[in-house]
Amino acid sequence: MSESFALQAVGLTRYFNGRCAVQDLHLSVPRGGVFGFLGRNGSGKTTTIRLLLGLLRPDRGSSTLLGCDSQRLTPEVRARVGYVTEEHCVVPSLSVTENGAFQSRFYPRWNARVFDSVVGHFGLKAKARARDLSRGERAGLALAMALAPEPELLILDDPALGLDPVARRALVESMIYITRRSDRTIFFSSHDLADVERVADSIAILDHSVLRVCCPVDVFQSRVRRYRLRFKGRPPALPEIRGVLQVRRGEQEMQVTGVAEGEELGRALGALGAESMEQVPISLGDSVLSFLSERGEKAMGWGTELEEA
Amino acid sequence: MNFLFQISTGSPVPIYRQITDQVRLGIASGRLREGDSLPSVRSLAEEVAVNPNTVAKAYAELVRDSVIESRPGKGVFIAEKRRIYTPEEQARRLEPALQALLSEAMSLGYEASEVLALVKQGLAAWKKPATRPDSAPKPSTHRERHE
Repeated sequence: MSESFALQAVGLTRYFNGRCAVQDLHLSVPRGGVFGFLGRNGSGKTTTIRLLLGLLRPDRGSSTLLGCDSQRLTPEVRARVGYVTEEHCVVPSLSVTENGAFQSRFYPRWNARVFDSVVGHFGLKAKARARDLSRGERAGLALAMALAPEPELLILDDPALGLDPVARRALVESMIYITRRSDRTIFFSSHDLADVERVADSIAILDHSVLRVCCPVDVFQSRVRRYRLRFKGRPPALPEIRGVLQVRRGEQEMQVTGVAEGEELGRALGALGAESMEQVPISLGDSVLSFLSERGEKAMGWGTELEEA
Repeated sequence: MNFLFQISTGSPVPIYRQITDQVRLGIASGRLREGDSLPSVRSLAEEVAVNPNTVAKAYAELVRDSVIESRPGKGVFIAEKRRIYTPEEQARRLEPALQALLSEAMSLGYEASEVLALVKQGLAAWKKPATRPDSAPKPSTHRERHE
């Protein structure tokens, strides 16, 4: 395990009451850039984040943050990591300014200008009590408190959850602002594929506790392909084809989405005897969905791992 | 800066491609001319709220294709127009748009002759000299070459 990774998991596994929440997770997030962590509710994202932060113990495997074992994080390393939970933890009885002042005492490095600018960006009033803030405003305050120590690694657990479109845009803008320093790393989980498309350099997809994808976004987009095949009559049953993720059928048409390694998938589909076959463009959101939605048929995900450093 | 980029998420067109397409279209339509400046990577990224690496990738492709040039310390500018694609590459790039036009026209029930007439009409409109809101005289040399 080396310092060149912002975070790294090796065989990370955790059970809750006999149910596997994270299964043999191997994940390496390089320093610098924005990493999106995707998956359905209950797929193990929050558990993974809590394991990485040392807030939970793994049953097997290990992980590091900034090169330091998650279970033995020193205060010095903790101070270099920012963390915003889904709940946006703030002190309800304190004002916006007081929350900042309180938090600042726990950090040797605290940039008040950053705090003020994030607070301003979310349109927060300095004297407003945290308990009176809306969900979006509270998210802004939590983010300001996480950013003011200028963390090298920022971990955001579903930061966009429940935010209105304006607050969400402010969040995205704040994330882009952080990338001004090229050595800063953001690791964020999200359900908002539009935000992911805007900010992520790389993505990982967790499905039913198992990592299915981990690669740069442009690699992901070039490898997930969708084909439309037209037949004279009913489309034939699909034989086992490596890389197929999702199949949709019409009267005389079949749409197949899959992971292409070279031209293998296209060739295999071409052999089905369709009258015509074309590759159709697919959005990032649809590509992600093809990994997460129920697949049916024989498309059970054989050969659909997509991992690249 | 009068050229505004429009980015949409959820599109099958990746964001970096939306940026390159808009610059190319801007040039083709006369809204962008040789010597015009574009925002820096950082400021465009912050303006349209996308990852700076995505903007950098788009600009890198435009620089590689000699559509724009980056002058260190000065900014990014629309390059002098050159023929940048081989005829095969030009055809390959036009193909998707052509297919989209044809399939739309067929599904709407247009006759071939009507489609041809519409294309001619459209071309005539494109060939009119482009006017821009800021077409006040500029003391720069590139104007003459456009006239």
